[in-house]
Amino acid sequence: MKYELVVGLETHAELSTKSKIFCGCTTQFGGEPNTHCCPVCIGLPGALPKLNEKVVDYAIMAGLATNCTISPLSRMDRKNYVYPDLPKAYQISQYDLPLCRDGHIKLSTGNTIRINRIHIEEDAGKLVHERGTTYVDYNRGGVPLIEIVSEPDFRSADEAREYMEKLALILKYIGVSDCKMQEGSLRCDVNISVRKPGGPFGTRTEIKNMNSLAFMVKAIEYEYERQVDILESGGKIIQETRRWNEEDKCTESMRSKEDAHDYRYFPEPDLVNIVITPEHLERLKNTIPELPDSRVERYTQQWDLPPADAALIARYKPIAEFFEAAVQGIQKPRTVSNFIVGQIFGLFATEEERAEAHIPIPPQYLSELVKLLEGGKINSNQAKDTLKKMLDTGKPHTEFLSEADLAGLDTHALEAMARQAIEQNPKISADVRSGNDKAINALIGSVMKQAKGKANPKEAEAILRKLLSE
Amino acid sequence: MSVSSRIRGLHELLAAKKISAAELTKAYRSAIEKHNEALGAYVSTSFETAEKAAEQADKRIAQGDELPLLWGIPMALKDNISTTGLSTTCCSKILSGYTPIYDATLWERLKAQGAVLLGKTNMDEFAMGSSTETSCYFPARNPHDPTRVAGGSSGGSASSVAANLAAYSIGSDTGGSIRQPASFCGIVGFKPTYGRVSRYGLIAYASSLDQMGPLAPTVEDAAIIYSAIAGYDPKDSTSSQLPVSPVDLSGDIRGLKIALPQEYISGVGEEAKAAILAAVKTYESLGAIVEEISLPSASYSLPVYYILACAEASSNLARYDGIRYGYKAEQYTDLDDMVCKTRTQGFGKEVQRRILLGNYVLSAGYYDAYYKKAQNLRRVIIRDIENIFEKYDAILTPTVPSTAFELGFAPSDPVETYLTDICTVTANIAGLPGISLPCGTDSKGLPIGMQLMAKRFEDSRLLKIAHAYEQAAGEVCKKIDLLNF
Ligand SMILES: [Zn+2]
Repeated sequence: MKYELVVGLETHAELSTKSKIFCGCTTQFGGEPNTHCCPVCIGLPGALPKLNEKVVDYAIMAGLATNCTISPLSRMDRKNYVYPDLPKAYQISQYDLPLCRDGHIKLSTGNTIRINRIHIEEDAGKLVHERGTTYVDYNRGGVPLIEIVSEPDFRSADEAREYMEKLALILKYIGVSDCKMQEGSLRCDVNISVRKPGGPFGTRTEIKNMNSLAFMVKAIEYEYERQVDILESGGKIIQETRRWNEEDKCTESMRSKEDAHDYRYFPEPDLVNIVITPEHLERLKNTIPELPDSRVERYTQQWDLPPADAALIARYKPIAEFFEAAVQGIQKPRTVSNFIVGQIFGLFATEEERAEAHIPIPPQYLSELVKLLEGGKINSNQAKDTLKKMLDTGKPHTEFLSEADLAGLDTHALEAMARQAIEQNPKISADVRSGNDKAINALIGSVMKQAKGKANPKEAEAILRKLLSE
Repeated sequence: MSVSSRIRGLHELLAAKKISAAELTKAYRSAIEKHNEALGAYVSTSFETAEKAAEQADKRIAQGDELPLLWGIPMALKDNISTTGLSTTCCSKILSGYTPIYDATLWERLKAQGAVLLGKTNMDEFAMGSSTETSCYFPARNPHDPTRVAGGSSGGSASSVAANLAAYSIGSDTGGSIRQPASFCGIVGFKPTYGRVSRYGLIAYASSLDQMGPLAPTVEDAAIIYSAIAGYDPKDSTSSQLPVSPVDLSGDIRGLKIALPQEYISGVGEEAKAAILAAVKTYESLGAIVEEISLPSASYSLPVYYILACAEASSNLARYDGIRYGYKAEQYTDLDDMVCKTRTQGFGKEVQRRILLGNYVLSAGYYDAYYKKAQNLRRVIIRDIENIFEKYDAILTPTVPSTAFELGFAPSDPVETYLTDICTVTANIAGLPGISLPCGTDSKGLPIGMQLMAKRFEDSRLLKIAHAYEQAAGEVCKKIDLLNF
């Protein structure tokens, strides 16, 4: 009988505040070891933490963007454990009164992943092994983190991956974290168990510190097989912490439940309770932009965009905002989205560039160009060429389209060209007259060539038909 | 015999240029050099920087500027208060060689007031004790009888002030560590309201109970020092933003209501009881109304205090691992072994005992029975105290059930030693201001202290109430002055 996979994720995201959670030191990544430090973040005797209010705001925004309830009263606690990268021998975290509770994220499978809680805490330093010795670098110590704890609602590794991608997208979108897994600013612990469908949860194992989605997927898949094999052969799963070994492509045991830490949590006496007033919460709510999912829905339903284009545009906030501004007063929003997908995305080579999306022209420039196209003043080739020049220079279309270009062709000139096309192509003209309707395209082509692209093909076709039927 | 402020007296001498700050500092230096070995008040001195600071202070005095009362006056800090460039060890081997790279806010404020720091005073290791005998250096002795303890944990601070080896000093008080040694040494010890004086830079014992305050010859001295150190500090989240009400010691205390909890009176010796009852008479003669009351939750104070203090201490002291600063074991096999050996060798017995207790009461399965229950009882005690302050302006108790005991008097059961804190811990648990001042002597001539407590943030009024008694009672115990100039 088949086993069902049950996964829950604990995700850590570094918040992108300028200063650390309990002191004024910079959160900048890197730097010479122990230069982004002060008495507070290296835990010197007598130094006291001071909670950075921005950290609280960012965490609340993360909670609001993931449909959480924000606690009006929450508190910091001490999580006690001894390790050289933790200079106070306790991490200031939150235990039973976290900032945010009971949120959720919807996946494309239709499954909803419930979020149990989001709390704030400080990051630890890191150990550096060099010249046969171990050193500690506390630059990262005290960088603010949020921990987002999901319920065990994932039923496949793909769901876990989609959730992580979506979470990263949301946190980047609201500007609270840059979510760079390779720099460790987004990482997760995976809780895995298997069970007979509908049966009780099995014993779970935890895989710590996944800092790549590819590894996470592989680790989940491996661990599923491992647990199923054990159960199939009559064995029992041991509750333990494991790690992913990328070299051997397997998970391996780190420590068992018996060796688990007793963190001896208790309320942090150096800090006071965190009180969030309804007014402050309202102010934060107003800073949350419309999120991608909601934009996609609007783009596809109101503006009739193809779902793939809608998703692509909505994914990058500056591009979505550009699109929404450019589409004002346009009859067919799809025309605008085509230019964005076709030409503007081409400006950006990397995911970072797309996320920042410095578009060289204001949205009104594109809007005006599309209006000319819709009004038949220019054709689509002209529009494409002009947009390219606009993007290259940052200048409006008026720099590139002359009065004459925009004047179009009057009916007399067009009629003369049509007559010439018919006279020069007697055979084709005869074909059209005898019912080979497709042959007319060649005549339209001839007119367009004479007009050097300035003619409107539909108008040319209408005149040709009129002349041919005379 | 009226009681007059030492600080004011010295200030007047300095302002009148009858003595310079440099001369005063030299005088204190030679007194310390002569007598410290016998008293064990200081564990480190900073005479050179003190003399430089005094010369700087003299320059301003020479200009004839109006200067703060503390300007140019030599003083001492307890060895758990951080001072840039000056050894700060909490009298523990584990912090041997540790020199802070920043100043405690309190020291910044005193420096700005022109204070001249003579050195760091002796204390029980990490402020854990009542006799300054757990100091890793040597015990502090009582100037009234050097075969006896100065009390603790701020024993060195009390001893230095009582013998005038410092004009005043700053101690810290977690369960009575300012008030108890002040009582033993016949001086004034004042623990302000929790949150009134910034803890930034005070090396923590128990963060929710620790508070720094003055040890001084008189109430007026304590008030002058308090005014210089009190006030909000953005670096300490637990410091209060309420404005500090100015201290005004003048005026009478007619009609003031003082509560006398019988629970605290019944347990003390006859001589102490008599001194307290005499103080009651003095208050009544000043027009105050003193009434016996009952404070049933008082019996919980001691266990609540020890559970919470040890719990917080176990966490606060976990950082001393030999990796970054302080003592480090010389021989070890690996990281775990190094941390273990460093802590075993670096911490004394009493500190180890309290760390073990603290870890125990916080550990899984025991948290609810101990730590959580103690937190709940803390709220009960606070509520009981609030009820009393609805009817009374102050609470009067003995400071300690006994007078100074002999050195080496170590009860076999540590709990018996803990009992000396019984009258003082309540102020820490409830965050109240508490002051100890001399109210008599026993048959051996040893000082007896009484304690007054007031509502939170009524520090100024408490000082006034204490001052009224002090002025009415006059000199109640012998004064010792080893300073010569
Ligand atoms: Zn820092």
